[in-house]
Amino acid sequence: MEDLLEIKNLNIQARTRAGVLNVVNDLSFSIKKGETLGVVGESGCGKSVTALSVMNLLPEGVLSVSSGDIIFDDVTITQLPENKLENIRGNEISMIFQEPMTSLNPLFTVGDQVSEVIKRHKGLNKDKSWVKAVELLDAVKIANPEKRAFDYPFQLSGGQRQRVMIAVALACQPKILIADEPTTALDVTIQAEILALINMLKEETGTAVMFITHDMAVVAQMADRVVVMYPGKKVEEGTVHEIFSNPQHDYTKALLAAVPKLGEMASKKYPEPMKLVGEGSSKKPQPIVGTEKPLLKVNNLVTHYPVKGGVFRRTVARVHAVEDVSFTIMKGKTLSLVGESGCGKSTVGRSLIRLVEPTSGKVDLDGQDILSLAPKDMREARSNIQMVFQDPFSSLNPQRPLFDQVAEPLRNYGTLRGKDLEERIEVLFDRVKLPRSFMRRYPHQLSGGQRQRIAIARALALNPKLIIADEAVSALDVSVQAQVLNLMMELQVDLGLSFLFISHDMAVVERVSHDVGVMYLGRLVEIGPRPSIFRNPQHPYTQDLLKAVPIADPNQRKSERDLNFKPLPSPIHDLSHDPGPSEYKEVEKNHFVLTTDCGY
Amino acid sequence: MTLLFSFIKRLLSMLLVLLVVVILNFLMLHLAPGDIADTIAQTMGGADEQDMAQLRKEYGLDQPFFIQLFQYVLRVATLDFGHSHFYNVPVFDLIMERFPATLLLVFSAQIVSLFVGILLGVYAAQNPNGLSSLFVNMFSLFGYAAPVFWTGILLLIAFSLHIQIFPSAGMRDITIENGSFFVHFFDVMRHLFLPMITLASIFFAYYSRLCRASMLEVLGADYVRTARAKGLSKKEVLLKHALKNSLSPVITFAGLSFSAVVSGAILVETVYSWPGLGTLAFNSIISRDTPVLLGILIFSTLMVTVGNLLTDLTLRTLDPRIKNAE
Amino acid sequence: MSNFEEVEEKTYGPVREMLSTFFKSYSAVTGLIILILISIMGFVGPLFYPTDPFEMVWMPFSPPGNDGYLLGTDYLGRDILSQIINGARVSIAIGFSAALVSAIIGVGIGSFAGFYGGWVEEILMRITEFFQVLPTLLFAMVIVALFGSSVLSITLAIGAVSWASVARITRSEFLRIKELDFVLASRASGSSNLTLIFLVILPNAAAPIIVQSALLVGAAITFEAGLAFLGLSDPNVVSWGQVIGSNRMYILDATYTVTFPGIAIFITVLAISLVGDGLNDALNPKLRSR
Repeated sequence: MEDLLEIKNLNIQARTRAGVLNVVNDLSFSIKKGETLGVVGESGCGKSVTALSVMNLLPEGVLSVSSGDIIFDDVTITQLPENKLENIRGNEISMIFQEPMTSLNPLFTVGDQVSEVIKRHKGLNKDKSWVKAVELLDAVKIANPEKRAFDYPFQLSGGQRQRVMIAVALACQPKILIADEPTTALDVTIQAEILALINMLKEETGTAVMFITHDMAVVAQMADRVVVMYPGKKVEEGTVHEIFSNPQHDYTKALLAAVPKLGEMASKKYPEPMKLVGEGSSKKPQPIVGTEKPLLKVNNLVTHYPVKGGVFRRTVARVHAVEDVSFTIMKGKTLSLVGESGCGKSTVGRSLIRLVEPTSGKVDLDGQDILSLAPKDMREARSNIQMVFQDPFSSLNPQRPLFDQVAEPLRNYGTLRGKDLEERIEVLFDRVKLPRSFMRRYPHQLSGGQRQRIAIARALALNPKLIIADEAVSALDVSVQAQVLNLMMELQVDLGLSFLFISHDMAVVERVSHDVGVMYLGRLVEIGPRPSIFRNPQHPYTQDLLKAVPIADPNQRKSERDLNFKPLPSPIHDLSHDPGPSEYKEVEKNHFVLTTDCGY
Repeated sequence: MTLLFSFIKRLLSMLLVLLVVVILNFLMLHLAPGDIADTIAQTMGGADEQDMAQLRKEYGLDQPFFIQLFQYVLRVATLDFGHSHFYNVPVFDLIMERFPATLLLVFSAQIVSLFVGILLGVYAAQNPNGLSSLFVNMFSLFGYAAPVFWTGILLLIAFSLHIQIFPSAGMRDITIENGSFFVHFFDVMRHLFLPMITLASIFFAYYSRLCRASMLEVLGADYVRTARAKGLSKKEVLLKHALKNSLSPVITFAGLSFSAVVSGAILVETVYSWPGLGTLAFNSIISRDTPVLLGILIFSTLMVTVGNLLTDLTLRTLDPRIKNAE
Repeated sequence: MSNFEEVEEKTYGPVREMLSTFFKSYSAVTGLIILILISIMGFVGPLFYPTDPFEMVWMPFSPPGNDGYLLGTDYLGRDILSQIINGARVSIAIGFSAALVSAIIGVGIGSFAGFYGGWVEEILMRITEFFQVLPTLLFAMVIVALFGSSVLSITLAIGAVSWASVARITRSEFLRIKELDFVLASRASGSSNLTLIFLVILPNAAAPIIVQSALLVGAAITFEAGLAFLGLSDPNVVSWGQVIGSNRMYILDATYTVTFPGIAIFITVLAISLVGDGLNDALNPKLRSR
């Protein structure tokens, strides 16, 4: 097969305050007709920049190609004048981006935005290109395309918007499609749908795909060949099977070791830390057993948000965020709540420490009923439950040095002062494996992983019994994620901590949990011991969710080419709505499945 | 339906604002040292005890506070703003006579400064470090720092006293008696030009700077990149995708600026003796004609709320998301 | 993949970093120096140039430079240089204190509205909206006309009508910041509402509030000048605007009588604006390197 796109000795420079920086170094690879090339690497490795340079869309004045050639269809496009390039963009090479929420113009209808590209390259008139646009919307499986074409982007869901972007990209049957993290911002079932759609359209049209992602599992599912990048350089290239079964470069090996693979815990009863490359590899990871003593008992927790409206701001409807949820967390064990965005898993966490006031239910922490506490006593109780949040960039106060941030809870409760306080903070920094010199630093001087360690240190300050980790590792690169996960598991063993681990990532959940609860639309649809849930999922939603998760193994590819999961219904109901209780049946020991309706 | 509903809602909130201004007026009168009778007596050049008592009775000052307030609101609601003791005519008639001139000045200055500001802002945004950007930045500094009455006086000296292109005062040339509509129109425009340019200069500076900034932000947005990836040229992207998006913040700001434009108009009118509410306000301060001043406050508030209503309607047609939010 | 490479980096806090950015900007430092000079002129100048600004010292309309009066005399034969020197004090004092009044009202209303939400926000923002619609100059004119034109009443009048922009900015910053994880984390670790408002959220919302308040100082100075131009100034002190207002009938004969006080206002407000721009650049995290 001949090369369709060839990148030769590409160098890209960034102009920063500190001077000129090479973000891509002497990069060469090629894509053949009809193949899918996965370009994989962690944030900042230059993969997205490379994609933009192919389109010559690098932000002006900030990034520029300093040397090297990009050859497309035997034409060196790096030397083409702008107007010639415009004829290629969107026509022969097209692109879809990561953020479907911001990639479409908010002020034009989607029909307008799809037909625009047809009008531009195919010279069709307005009516004809509109008809073509509706056909394309139909081809990307948007239901009722004649009507949807008149919608504005804000009226569509994230998944639908990404479908529109795909319709725009494929409108002129390009020879190559560049997909830059097209599913990163999407939920796992929607990701599965979009990936299946890209594969199906690729087979129909024979388009080559350059698939850029940080997600090894997605690469394993999609790519024919893989290029692995590590800060600005290509470190390895090969077929997807070569890369996954026989990686050569140390970085690739480390990366693969850090990726939790769904199903790899199937034979193990308890969670255990990951075996990472270069981290005391002689030691065998020990399983974390925990205890059978209950720490936190949650019964029939319900949280509704009022929706205000009208002239007098009365409550006109309610968001049913959490609907009759019950579970128990054992001392020294981890319960994971898993589900897609909007399923209410974060609200459960926030309701437990009353950052959000629950509507009803009972939360019993070591014999103390938390929901009935007066505000003053609640403050005391909060010291037993601490939280670690998702976004490492917003979870720390940018205005204060790290010492103060870790000390904040201790100062609030007045437990320690002066020298004692300082010593305690030092111990905490040691605990999360950050050098003590970091105490005087400010958050902006830290990497994402280091910030998350600070957040954990802060949560540990009051010696809590339970830590609620709300998507605590979701925003981290996979190698950093593995280190933070291992740290959390180590703390669990050393301090006997319990975790409520809230996550959307099934593979991570499989790795860290003793018990797993699956949530959908505010309900807990299935809960039980981790091995039982993953081996024998009973609820249709759990089954679909597991079906949708990509596995970081090219030998276990999903075969479905036309996935269409049920779209998420709205959790907003009018005041008269009575949701009814959740009822369960026990399918295995401690493994419960919802028998009443949850909307799925 | 939703348009009608939101229009009615806006109208009600406009009325509420006016009601609050009226109540505020009353409160200030009540709290100010001396009462209305004293103030009026002052404008008349003093009055004896008997006249004062007569005046107090006339204004119901012997009544309890809330009854007075209620009566005051009621009077204003029937367009009775009291009597100007200086001009010796009802305040309402006086204001209606001057209102159109201010309306013309305020809206023409607002429209001209928006139009030119957006044009220049869009142009400057295409070259963020170029000459036009430098000009926008320099001019916005000037517009912020130069007091509008001073700019007015300087322009007056330059283009009316030294180079006599424009008239120095008033709105019409009284020597033109019989002329066609166009003769009168041209005459008014000639008089309007300097005051309008003076008033517009500040806001033109704000709008062009804001439009440049908002355009620069929009040009960095993902959907602009998408549009470029479709193969559209820079110019097409700018005029179709970017312009519409960059307008919203400018128009929102223009709406918020309406009260500042009215404030500026008072000073500009005073400089050019433009026969509007501003000169009237100036004169009523000199002659201590409080009822006139209060009446002007109510009417200029009305003008600002109408301006805001127009801004909202413009924003609604520009952005489909606003309709949805209501 | 190494985690803890000990970067040789001094640990400056955000405040220190902001100041260093500020002092690197030529225009901002120039503005600050001009502002300091004008303040010195206003507060200390009269000691070195003791001519009474109200005294008729010479013939009316004596042009600048003649007869020992550097900037000439006005229509009553008063020394314009002395008027400008003494006027600086009033402008600076009213500008800063009125802006301070606005900032306090605006931050108070904006932060409570943004933090508590619900009906508190509804009421407070209605009030703010009302003050945004009110033609500020007219309203201040009414206040001063009714309550007398002392420096205090003028300052309070300007402060009372210009806070709406600060309130809006404060509220929107609070709405944004209160949802951030570090605020939730602080709440989860036991901070009270007042701690959250004043010690956690406000410092993080300070940047745009400070910039807006700096701009308000300039706006208050032109505002005061406008009032004085209309004849609403404290009769016991000199004000630049009042000098322009009282001389404007004679511009054909003595242009300089309005030119010089106008230049004084222009330069003062320009200096404040340069400082404001410098603050904006120094406080804007987008421009600061991570």
